[in-house]
Amino acid sequence: MTAEIQTQVRSLVEDNFLFREDRNSLTDTESLIDAGLIDSTGILELVALLEERFNIEVADADLVPGNFDSIDRIVAYVARVLATAPSAG
Amino acid sequence: MCGIAGFYGTPDTPVPRALILRRMIGAIAHRGPDAQGVFDDERAALGHVRLSIIDRATGAQPMPNGDRTIWVTFNGEIFNYVELRRDLVSRGHSFRTASDTEVILHLYEELGPDCMNAFNGDFAFALWDSRQNLLMLARDRMGVRPLFHTVRNGCLFFASEVKALLQVPGSSAELDPLALDQIFTFWFPLAPRTAFKNVFELPPAHVLIARPDRIAVRRYWRLEYPDARDGGALNKQGEEAIGDELADLLLDATRIRLRSDVPVGAYLSGGLDSSIIAAMTNKIAPAQLQTFSVTFGSAEFDESCYQQEMARALAATHVSVACGDAEIGRSFPTVIRHGEQPILRTAPAPLLALSDVVHRSGFKVVMTGEGADEIFAGYDIFKEAKIRRFWARQPQSRFRPRLLQLLYPYLPALRGQSQKYLEAFFGMGLAETSDPVYSHLPRFRSTAGAKIFFSDALLESLRGYDAVAELRESLPAEFEHWHPLSQAQYLETAHLLPGYILSSQGDRVAMAHAVECRFPFLDHRVVEFAARIPPELKLRGLREKHILRESARDLLPREISNRTKQPYRSPDSVSFLGSSPPDYLDGCLSAPELAANGCFNPHAVGKLVRKCESQPLAGSRDNMAFVGVLSTQLWHREFVRGETSPAPPVSPALVA
Repeated sequence: MTAEIQTQVRSLVEDNFLFREDRNSLTDTESLIDAGLIDSTGILELVALLEERFNIEVADADLVPGNFDSIDRIVAYVARVLATAPSAG
Repeated sequence: MCGIAGFYGTPDTPVPRALILRRMIGAIAHRGPDAQGVFDDERAALGHVRLSIIDRATGAQPMPNGDRTIWVTFNGEIFNYVELRRDLVSRGHSFRTASDTEVILHLYEELGPDCMNAFNGDFAFALWDSRQNLLMLARDRMGVRPLFHTVRNGCLFFASEVKALLQVPGSSAELDPLALDQIFTFWFPLAPRTAFKNVFELPPAHVLIARPDRIAVRRYWRLEYPDARDGGALNKQGEEAIGDELADLLLDATRIRLRSDVPVGAYLSGGLDSSIIAAMTNKIAPAQLQTFSVTFGSAEFDESCYQQEMARALAATHVSVACGDAEIGRSFPTVIRHGEQPILRTAPAPLLALSDVVHRSGFKVVMTGEGADEIFAGYDIFKEAKIRRFWARQPQSRFRPRLLQLLYPYLPALRGQSQKYLEAFFGMGLAETSDPVYSHLPRFRSTAGAKIFFSDALLESLRGYDAVAELRESLPAEFEHWHPLSQAQYLETAHLLPGYILSSQGDRVAMAHAVECRFPFLDHRVVEFAARIPPELKLRGLREKHILRESARDLLPREISNRTKQPYRSPDSVSFLGSSPPDYLDGCLSAPELAANGCFNPHAVGKLVRKCESQPLAGSRDNMAFVGVLSTQLWHREFVRGETSPAPPVSPALVA
């Protein structure tokens, strides 16, 4: 389950924010903000894409870098939300 | 207003000198549709295309001095020519014309290159002193009028626009990779660099002096701020006295800019600055004022209700042009042809449509409010820097970063942003307060995010290069002793203003339709006065342009004088998609054409385009990247591959 989420999250980030697969430097733990991939106007877009892809709802209170600022953090967050709302998966 | 071109020396080509000169001025004929003129004495060749505004009867150019040993070809205006001429006449000079151009010749005869200090104006000119075998190029203090030059086989060529230099036999355009890196960091190349390899801009407030054996470029004026350690140069008068003096000075700057033998109109954006200038124009020349505005369909960009309110208050005849998304997309190649550099924003496009309307309304001259945001601290980047410094003094404070919520209220994507995310974005580099470009680090960093689309080859050629480091090294020695607000203002006024605002959004799109913009806020007396106003009177707390609002209070309706700054912006990537994308789009962004130009990774750009097609791009990085990639591709089509027709040579009247 987590492995599949991992694959999907990485491809979502690559298609919409990284745009290229040949840039090996983006590790699963790297900050998307520090890497220049998410700017101050891009985070809401990331959240909208995640909501659509995984059919989840992100609560306002969850909108913090701790949940979204690396691939690993996003994967953990999505897995957590899916686990608490199994019908939404 | 006009265009100039020419050369000094002997071109290394069998093409006759006269033909080279005619081709050069033919390429910039749009700048001066009223007349053309050339001069050539086999050492120096000067060309001119004329838009007649002052002394339409006798102001023909190039113009000689009395004994025909000194010649000048001049673009722009010297607004204080009436006073300069009066002084010169009292010292025994006799004038043959009523033009401002002739004042240059007389003052140069007296002072040589030091004559520059006397001029109050927006200009670029080339002066040929045959007695000394010397060619002088000169440009106004703020960089309103453009001037470019290049040396080929020992011959110096100059012109108002690069396209004239490309007419020189054997020339070809090549994109300078460092310039592209700078554009994808600052929005513009750092002068004297241009987008074209081996073509240079004469920086604002500089003169270039060419002699047979050497070329020297030197600065004759600099924007300076008081030393923050002792405040000695600060204006110590009370706020009211400063406000009154400012109002008088601005009125005089407006008054001398209304000197014209043709009717003068005014741009109205709906904001504070253009409203002040329109109101002052109305006060000085109460004959029916004509105002011009751009309107947008989207409420995010549109300011038409304020424009109408101001036009009503002035009883002006008001003309507005509605700029739709598709119109921006359609005209974008024309914007690049005139602007001559890749850009990250579409904002010049609506101004191109506006100058078209001005031209068709029979006007050649418009007053604008440009410059006030730089010299009186109107932009949100000044508030951002102030909040970040305030926060950096107590990084653990929970209250201080809450002020970030007040920033950029006009950006929808920033609304609804969580506090933690705002802190993450604006907190990057928070502690680097000793960095001279501290105020601009978040902007430079987010803009540079668009470099992710650069091709591997381009990245390789940029290896080890740091555009921000080059900017830091170019700053004046006294910079470190200025107040932080002054430092941020310098970066905007000395760099962004000439590099982008006055060029891509100013002269180039206005002159595309032979319209001359005039900027009372950029009168150097106003600029110097504003620099000495205490920073807390410009940005009072977080109230931008405080002193300007106070000094203009009686001129404007309250809704306008109290209005929060809304910067001029226009729709970006959305202009190129939707139901009827412009016909050039697919070809321009195709993988083969991207690969042929070599600047961007075709695969990555393909993903960006697909993302853009499936949903409007929300992030500013993506929008800047889209417009930046597209404009770079169009730049190649226009200048490298020459897919537009070559300029026909004009047949000017020979005045020599």
